[in-house]
Amino acid sequence: MINQLTHLDRLESKSVHIIREAYSNFKNLCMLWSIGKDSTVMLWLARKAFFGHVPFPLVHVDTAYKIPEMIEYRDRLAREYKLDMIYGQNEEALRDKKTFPDGDCSRIECCKRLKTEALKNTLAGTWKRYRMNKETGIYEVDSNTEPYTGVIVGVRADEEGSRSKERYFSPRDRNNDWDVGDQPPEFWNQYKTDFAPGTHVRIHPLLDWTEVDIWKYIQREGIPTVSLYYNQGDGKRYRSLGCYPCTSPIQSQASSVAEIIEELESGILSNIAERSGREQDKEDGGGLEDLRKDGYM
Amino acid sequence: MSLIKQTEKADVKQREVMNIVIVGHVDHGKSTVIGRLLADTDSLPKGKLDQVRENCRRNSKPFEYAFLLDALKDEQAQGITIDAARCFFKTKKRNYIILDAPGHIEFLKNMVTGAANAEAALLVIDAQEGIMENSTRHGYLLSMLGIKQVAVLVNKMDLVEYNQEVYEDIKKNYATFLEKVGIQATCFIPVSGFHGDNITRHSENMPWYGGDTVLDRLDLFHSAGLPVDMPFRMPVQGVYKFTQDGDYRRIVAGTVETGRIKAGDTVVFYPSGKKSKVKTIETFNAPEPDEAVPGMATGFTLEDQIYITRGEIATVSGEAPCRISRKIVTNVFWLGKHDLVKDKEYLIKIGTSKISATLIEVVKVMNASDLSNEAKDYVGRHEVAECIFDLKKDIAFDLNNENPVTGRFVIIDDYEIAGGGIIVDQVKDKYSRVRDYVVMRNLKWEKSIIGRDLRSVRYKQKPALVIITGDEASDKKELAREVEKLLFDNGEYVYFLGIGNVVYGVDADIRATQSDKSLKDPNRQEHIRRLGEVANVLLDAGMILVVTAVELTADEIDMIDTTVVPPHICVVWLGDKVTTDVKYDIKLAEGDYKKNASIIRKHLSERGVIFNPLL
Repeated sequence: MINQLTHLDRLESKSVHIIREAYSNFKNLCMLWSIGKDSTVMLWLARKAFFGHVPFPLVHVDTAYKIPEMIEYRDRLAREYKLDMIYGQNEEALRDKKTFPDGDCSRIECCKRLKTEALKNTLAGTWKRYRMNKETGIYEVDSNTEPYTGVIVGVRADEEGSRSKERYFSPRDRNNDWDVGDQPPEFWNQYKTDFAPGTHVRIHPLLDWTEVDIWKYIQREGIPTVSLYYNQGDGKRYRSLGCYPCTSPIQSQASSVAEIIEELESGILSNIAERSGREQDKEDGGGLEDLRKDGYM
Repeated sequence: MSLIKQTEKADVKQREVMNIVIVGHVDHGKSTVIGRLLADTDSLPKGKLDQVRENCRRNSKPFEYAFLLDALKDEQAQGITIDAARCFFKTKKRNYIILDAPGHIEFLKNMVTGAANAEAALLVIDAQEGIMENSTRHGYLLSMLGIKQVAVLVNKMDLVEYNQEVYEDIKKNYATFLEKVGIQATCFIPVSGFHGDNITRHSENMPWYGGDTVLDRLDLFHSAGLPVDMPFRMPVQGVYKFTQDGDYRRIVAGTVETGRIKAGDTVVFYPSGKKSKVKTIETFNAPEPDEAVPGMATGFTLEDQIYITRGEIATVSGEAPCRISRKIVTNVFWLGKHDLVKDKEYLIKIGTSKISATLIEVVKVMNASDLSNEAKDYVGRHEVAECIFDLKKDIAFDLNNENPVTGRFVIIDDYEIAGGGIIVDQVKDKYSRVRDYVVMRNLKWEKSIIGRDLRSVRYKQKPALVIITGDEASDKKELAREVEKLLFDNGEYVYFLGIGNVVYGVDADIRATQSDKSLKDPNRQEHIRRLGEVANVLLDAGMILVVTAVELTADEIDMIDTTVVPPHICVVWLGDKVTTDVKYDIKLAEGDYKKNASIIRKHLSERGVIFNPLL
């Protein structure tokens, strides 16, 4: 007889419920997968929700500056889990070298071009989408250009300021704008699943999770993660993964999930932001509110 | 070092976590109370308290604990992981998440959003200012949101010289108010957030108070126990089948709200009344659980291939069944930008079902401050009212006092959640009798091995009901025969069910004897119900059925819709002038029957009823 659910059980069930609600309510639904720990946990929760299957495409915005291990890991899992894997990118900015690493613009501007713009246009279907052919494992241009009306995103409320103001189902208007001051109420497991034509909804199943919850769940479920999160002998590990020109590791001895949990619970990182290794945050006045209002994850 | 770190599954240590919401009128001191709790339980980042004190000294303003929250907000903007709206702190017993709900009325929807996730509430009242509008409104909303544990903090006791009378007076009045809205306050605590009296340590300034401190009280709140002893309720989120991946399980998925379920239990789904036995409880990356309990997002397979859809509520046979109705009496709180008015179509969401609804009566609008009533025929923003709604279709639910979770709903207006409510009663509507028969019939239905899907594959069609109606003079039967022939020639399994086939046999006991047996026939409703029942048998056999009747109304079509297990229904009006309020799919002019029949056939083909290519 089960008489109590643990904190992780409750988090898991609520997220699964939200993912299933999204699946029932949005015909053109996708899940963003950044290959990081949070969205990988979210992918795992989708497999929980549908008993081992993922009945919607996974979309990755490839900035071409991701640490190469991340792309390999993505494709390997996509094949193993039989995912409907799609990626999109800002091909023009990359071709014309209009990026921060090419010295053309600021980090923020680069984020806008390679992430926000690429994300918006990939979701809208206005730029090319590449879809993995499940037979060959090779990416091909996707013939489907219909816009996604529901987008599942793995942001957590405790990550940074603007994300703490999110709802589980958060509407975005035609211009991708987010009206932080006037958001719909959400209560009793009832979410905003009705939307006017031309708008879309971001769905945030991980909103209630904290960084340490994520690691505990990875531990409990035995979820594979990118090795970059662990100290590989040089006393450093990545706490948050992004593009390599703008992401730096933290000092840490933690080389296993258990050690990361211990490190987080010890409080030694409690005065250091999780995204402290992400340089673009600092340029955006500390919060991501400006980037996010514009459509950033 | 490999690319992917494969972690072994392992148990993790977890502490209990409780969500608390803090509510009250604006400026009654919520932030100060939170600041105190954080500071006195040592939950602040290192040096934060000193830093804020130092800031105050430099700007020569007196230090206040509320500034701590502001400071945390600033810091949050820099990415430190503390949420202003959510504060984290821990005691020896467990971890807490305190949701700071805005006191200003403009943010009522944020307050509702925050409070709905809480297991207990702290409600703050300013001792000097006394009970204000939002003290009562928030109290009322806590009751409607279903939060049972409420500690009332009478704050700023220092400003009234720790006067016991002031405290007792507020306590008496507010307790009376809470009682009226159905909450019994867990306790009242006189506090001063500013000086820390009775927050984490007992106050020397109020020796007359012998109760708990706020911190003690928090630890005494019960963690919401699982409502396992209530009747089983699981709103169906979806029925999943992933045959394209070689998985042939058909899983009924949802989150258990109350009760428990295990393999072997007989489940009954409402409003359809269909039933089967649970074969397995399903899961992923874990051993099959013995049972599913409240709060679990789960799924199960059934022994029979019964046809059920999202929106039904799964119950366990032998336990209290759900109620079913189209008319509900509710208490509603309205947050919408526009008033809640009659003659407008809204959507009501209960569990996972979503149904069109209209407001048909505003019984009374309540003033949340003094609970006085006002007679109005609309509900304005931030008002609470007793209302009756008319629903387009049958809905399954419980009364709120029987089961809070399946007894509440939200209202959608123009794509937005604009209000919430609880169901306090149901009204018998004109379909109650028909529906009771249907539920009983479905419960007792003898299932065959050949399911609906198998028949569809064999017959290359889905069952469908074509209803041809029109005024007395129009030749509906002629058209019906033509449709039957055309479909038959196309290879369909089709049957024309003339009303005469029913009236003189099935309806022999109620057949009108006088010559006037048209619309005034007192048994017309029963005739139509029986026609629906006969149709249901033929539809279950996989037929496309063509029936005719004189001047059917929207209500009568609704009744047929209630009676037959969902096939595709196509309503055809024959004749130029539409003489009832019926909503038809096709309107045809009299005359060319061959042409008319082919229009109907095309419609069925477009709706996916007929799989055969049209000849």
